[in-house]
Amino acid sequence: MEIHAYEKLWLALALVLIVGFIGTITYGAAGAGIDMIDDKGGTVDPATLDQHPKFGDPGIERNGENSYDVYVVARQFVFEPGTTEPLRVPAGSTVTFHVTAADVIHGFEVVGTNANTMAIPGQVAEFTVEFGEPGEYGMLCNEYCGSGHHVMEGKIVVMEQEEFDSWYDQQQAQGEAEN
Amino acid sequence: MATASGGGGEFVDKFPDEAAIIKASFLIAFVSLGIGAFFGLVQALHRTNVLRVIDSADYYTMLTGHGVLLAIVFTIFFLCGVFHWAVARSLDRPAESALFSWAWVGLMTTGAVLATIAILGGFVPNLGMSADVLFTFYAPLQAHPIFYIGLAMFIVGTWLSGADWFLSYRAWRKDHPDERIPLQTFMVLTTMIMWYISTLGVAVSVVFFLIPWSLGLIESVNPLLTRTLFWYFGHPIVYFWLMPAYLLWYTVLPKLAGGRLFSDPLARVVFLLFLLLSTPVGIHHQYLDPGIAEGFKFIAMTNTMFLLLPSLLTAFTVVASVEHGARQRGGEGYLRWLGALPWRDPAFTGMALAGAMFAAGGFSGMINAGMNINYLIHNTLWVPGHFHLTVGTAVALTMMAGSYWLVPQVTGTKLYSRPIGLLQVIMWFVGMVFMSNAMHRAGLAGIPRRTAEPQYQNFEFLTPIGSIFELRVQIALGGTLLFLSVVLFLFNILLTSLGEESDRPVDSYLPEPLSGPEGSPRILDNLAMWTGIAAVLVVLAYTLPLAGIIQNGGGLFGGGLPVPATVSAGFDLVMTTVTSAFNTLWGVVA
Repeated sequence: MEIHAYEKLWLALALVLIVGFIGTITYGAAGAGIDMIDDKGGTVDPATLDQHPKFGDPGIERNGENSYDVYVVARQFVFEPGTTEPLRVPAGSTVTFHVTAADVIHGFEVVGTNANTMAIPGQVAEFTVEFGEPGEYGMLCNEYCGSGHHVMEGKIVVMEQEEFDSWYDQQQAQGEAEN
Repeated sequence: MATASGGGGEFVDKFPDEAAIIKASFLIAFVSLGIGAFFGLVQALHRTNVLRVIDSADYYTMLTGHGVLLAIVFTIFFLCGVFHWAVARSLDRPAESALFSWAWVGLMTTGAVLATIAILGGFVPNLGMSADVLFTFYAPLQAHPIFYIGLAMFIVGTWLSGADWFLSYRAWRKDHPDERIPLQTFMVLTTMIMWYISTLGVAVSVVFFLIPWSLGLIESVNPLLTRTLFWYFGHPIVYFWLMPAYLLWYTVLPKLAGGRLFSDPLARVVFLLFLLLSTPVGIHHQYLDPGIAEGFKFIAMTNTMFLLLPSLLTAFTVVASVEHGARQRGGEGYLRWLGALPWRDPAFTGMALAGAMFAAGGFSGMINAGMNINYLIHNTLWVPGHFHLTVGTAVALTMMAGSYWLVPQVTGTKLYSRPIGLLQVIMWFVGMVFMSNAMHRAGLAGIPRRTAEPQYQNFEFLTPIGSIFELRVQIALGGTLLFLSVVLFLFNILLTSLGEESDRPVDSYLPEPLSGPEGSPRILDNLAMWTGIAAVLVVLAYTLPLAGIIQNGGGLFGGGLPVPATVSAGFDLVMTTVTSAFNTLWGVVA
């Protein structure tokens, strides 16, 4: 088959571009350690979410020095926590999110960052985020989830460590009192 | 390229039955285009807060209509018309049975009308019928059963249309045992094989899960499974839209430019690459989905990147063919030849602008395909910004521009106005420059797609360059220009079809390529072998992810419910039908 010389050159350059793209992405995943959403979060029964030890009463839990787990339930048209109560995290912490959906498919996006995942009934999305300085972030649902989709939003408040600690201790005390 | 063309009379005189089928397909396509574009205008003005005539809750009804009418009904009816033209023309023979052709037109039309009724029902709350599930219909959002039934009928109609073209090919092959498959027919057949493989996913999802579930026969579905089956079909459909545009770019655009196609064999290679790689990539729409292991996402990413290759090759061949045309017309220099092109011809200018915009769309698509950088733009306005360049311009503008050359061939009337046509394609280009660049930038600011409201209570969107206000103005302005462009197009086509019959409505002759198929290996035409390889790639890319989703995600039906007897009987029936249809198809191909 006759291929024109310029066409051969173009073909070679196209292949270099493609292999280059795959190379940078592989480096991002393996070298720089950019984590993907995958199946490590496991699954959960959406019908009995209310009785789940974590998603039954979603929120933040300390699991080590400066390290936390946050459980978030997305449902039409709120994030729990996030919408009625802001999601509070301490500055300079490492937070692992566990996000699931109670009814239909939702999206979970921290506006202006790459913290972004789908929330699918039955599945748990797990990803880890480093929070820096105190401040506020918006969060929104970025997958159409019904007629009130556009009101589904929330807030993340990054607090000073001491401030967060006193809030957290108060929450824990309240929780114990209720039990 | 073709066995014969242009020599013996116009298409409509030579193939009156085929011309009637093509006219019917185009008519339905253009009606859908008009309604879908109107919905688009209302949305562009609503979500930018410029003009609000609907409730925000109704926005999603309109968005569903916009997506289904434009991305499914307009594009697919138009491409059926183009393919029917291309097969009859390049094989130089009528379809085997006009009745059969009307059967698929009728089935597709019935399906499209049913789905549209279900969608429009959403505007009438008392009706109790709606389908506000958007183009992707992700369960557990549920539509009225006739939405899914209409969709299934439409897809089966497209299968029959493909059978029509395969039957033509089989009859032609009997008379021409040793000839190479004419290029246009080759393009149609490879595209349809890709379509058969990929629509299996959506057919399984709709027939086994969504229809029984919407009728209340099964309690629940596995949301990740139906979503994965949607994307198994949802990416190849992109190439189903694109291949008719490529067919026109390869076989018609060079002629309009004053020249001929550069290379027939490379055109075949490009279409084969699309057949092989279009389907095992769907998981790249699910980079952010839990429940799918990173390795499977990585495989989809690699395949996606290699899918750039046929488009990059197309860029070379099409530009080279157009340059050849310009030089035939007396163009000279490194770039000055551009001035020698027939820029006053709306068919040429529209396709050339569509191709230029596709390059931009290709680059934003590379960002989408980048597994990690995708996190920044997933489900933001960037994504519709991207696909309004690809399906919304590369495909839609090529189809409109191509109509200026194709419609006269099937109506036998001259184009009503070239200047209006030229204004129309330029208006589309300018409107899309405004709208699409603003959508891409809005996406980088984190503004989500598929939402009715421009702002939120808890935070403000920030953009590093310009302002959010300026982005909204650009989207509203661009959307308005695009709608006006569609109005001009429909007006021009309507008056064309009402015009007086002409002996020579358009110069329909297509010249042979510079390098013909003779020098290329015959194995390129071995459709059975390529189908087999494509099927193996699909099995490799999808078996393990699907098994994982079913095993870990609560079984086939989400709640881990046992399969009801009625469904399992239906399952067997459909499986047998699909298998026998596939075997028949295989027999024809081999």
